[in-house]
Amino acid sequence: MDLGPHAAFIWISYAAVTVTITGLILWLIADGRKQAADLEALERQGVKRRSAAPGVR
Amino acid sequence: MQTLTQRLANPARFMELSARLLPWISGAAGILLVSGLYLAFFASPADYQQGETVRIMYIHVPCAWLSMMVYGLIALSSFGLLVFRHPLADVSAKAAAPLGAAFTFLALLTGSLWGKPMWGTYWVWDARLTSVLILFFLYLGLMALRSALEDESAAAKLTAILALVGVTILPIIKFSVDWWNTLHQPSTDFTSTVDPSMRLPLLVMAVAFTLLFFAMHLKAMRNEILRRRVKALRTQAVAGRDRLAAQAANHGAAE
Amino acid sequence: MKSFWALLSRDVRLAVREGGAIGTALGFFLVVVSLMPLGLGPDLNLLSRIAAGVLWIALLLAALLSLNRIFEADHEDGTLDVLATGPLPLELVTAAKSLAHWITTGIPLAIMAPVLGILLNLDLAAYPILVATTLAGTPAVSFLGAIGAALTMKTRRGGLLLALIVLPLYVPTLIFGISAVSAGAGPTGLAASFLILAAISLVAIVLGPLAAAAALKVQLQ
Repeated sequence: MDLGPHAAFIWISYAAVTVTITGLILWLIADGRKQAADLEALERQGVKRRSAAPGVR
Repeated sequence: MQTLTQRLANPARFMELSARLLPWISGAAGILLVSGLYLAFFASPADYQQGETVRIMYIHVPCAWLSMMVYGLIALSSFGLLVFRHPLADVSAKAAAPLGAAFTFLALLTGSLWGKPMWGTYWVWDARLTSVLILFFLYLGLMALRSALEDESAAAKLTAILALVGVTILPIIKFSVDWWNTLHQPSTDFTSTVDPSMRLPLLVMAVAFTLLFFAMHLKAMRNEILRRRVKALRTQAVAGRDRLAAQAANHGAAE
Repeated sequence: MKSFWALLSRDVRLAVREGGAIGTALGFFLVVVSLMPLGLGPDLNLLSRIAAGVLWIALLLAALLSLNRIFEADHEDGTLDVLATGPLPLELVTAAKSLAHWITTGIPLAIMAPVLGILLNLDLAAYPILVATTLAGTPAVSFLGAIGAALTMKTRRGGLLLALIVLPLYVPTLIFGISAVSAGAGPTGLAASFLILAAISLVAIVLGPLAAAAALKVQLQ
């Protein structure tokens, strides 16, 4: 594919967008895993959510 | 009758619904993105004036569109928080801010890379670029204000106030930047005439980026809800431990 | 309404009696304007061409430095909590405080601007316009600044955060303030920019106290 004399600008633009968005998506997935793991660890320790145990304030 | 937003007010129901929606939105975004890239690179001609560099437009314009739409979404969520006290409004505003800032940054970066072959320099104080730059500052302000405040519920409301002030001033900023630009140099307006052959790839890419944003936004909102649950459980656990310790101490003193 | 004037005159008298804050803002204004020729070279033609822009930017920065004192002292000694429970609506409290800031900072800076114009070889014909536009534009600086001051009242690194929040909101004031003074605009352009500048200040006078009061309510609960 010949993108003319300014091919570098096109490639850098697409690369920057790809890297930024991929980075964001990976961070979101990693963050989600971490929060889910933390939540599970707490629940295994026996800490119950307030909504799960009515009456406990 | 309940509206959709009312039904979504329960975080548990939101988690359930978003878990079901997320794969579909992500899948649709992926398919549209691939077909959009195919259209952008193989099925659309080079511009007769700009040559191949016009292909930067297919990512620049969706990023610029998202930079504005996401700010609108933040303003709407802020309104929802301050007026209706919707429990998910702040989660939505908080999750959207970094994503919006990222797309605004990408709009600036691709705009500058598009501008170099067009204008001969990386940066021109063109009305549109300048407005987007100021929008980027508004995003930075929102994020900085939230991170500077420790109390989360106060941070939510104060950030919402700033977002609503921003959305009120934004049209005035846009107007003044346009005025300033026509005062100093004739406007270089070359995106207004988009050839029909480029319209389809542009539309597909814009829809793909929008869906991509919503997928990321849903995921970020889910993460934020989980983070809040973890935080609530931790404070609850600490409070419980303190209560036990106090009981033990009382018991010891009584003996 | 009586308590509004009482609060206004109290704030103005406090600022005048302390004196330090007004002096600091004026001194900062002078130093920044004096640094410009040192940075850009002593070419008088160049200086007179950019004088309006330099004066407006220095004025905004000088006003910015004084914004945090709108609410800070009263928050620290608890006066703000008393005012919040008093008979005067919080919106009028923030309006009085913003107005006091304009009287004690905006007006002195506006009067100082033409004096500093001499240093920058500003065209003599532009002096009345400069005073008029700075007087018409500085209410926006005080009233929009009050929003930032209220939002950052409880943050520790408030100063820099305040600048980041407030400076983008000053863009319209800056643009129309400069375009009114710049000779290139012509008489019709001058009238238009002056009117728009005044309109921006009016929007700020309405928006500022509302948003600042909302921000104070969140923090004073």
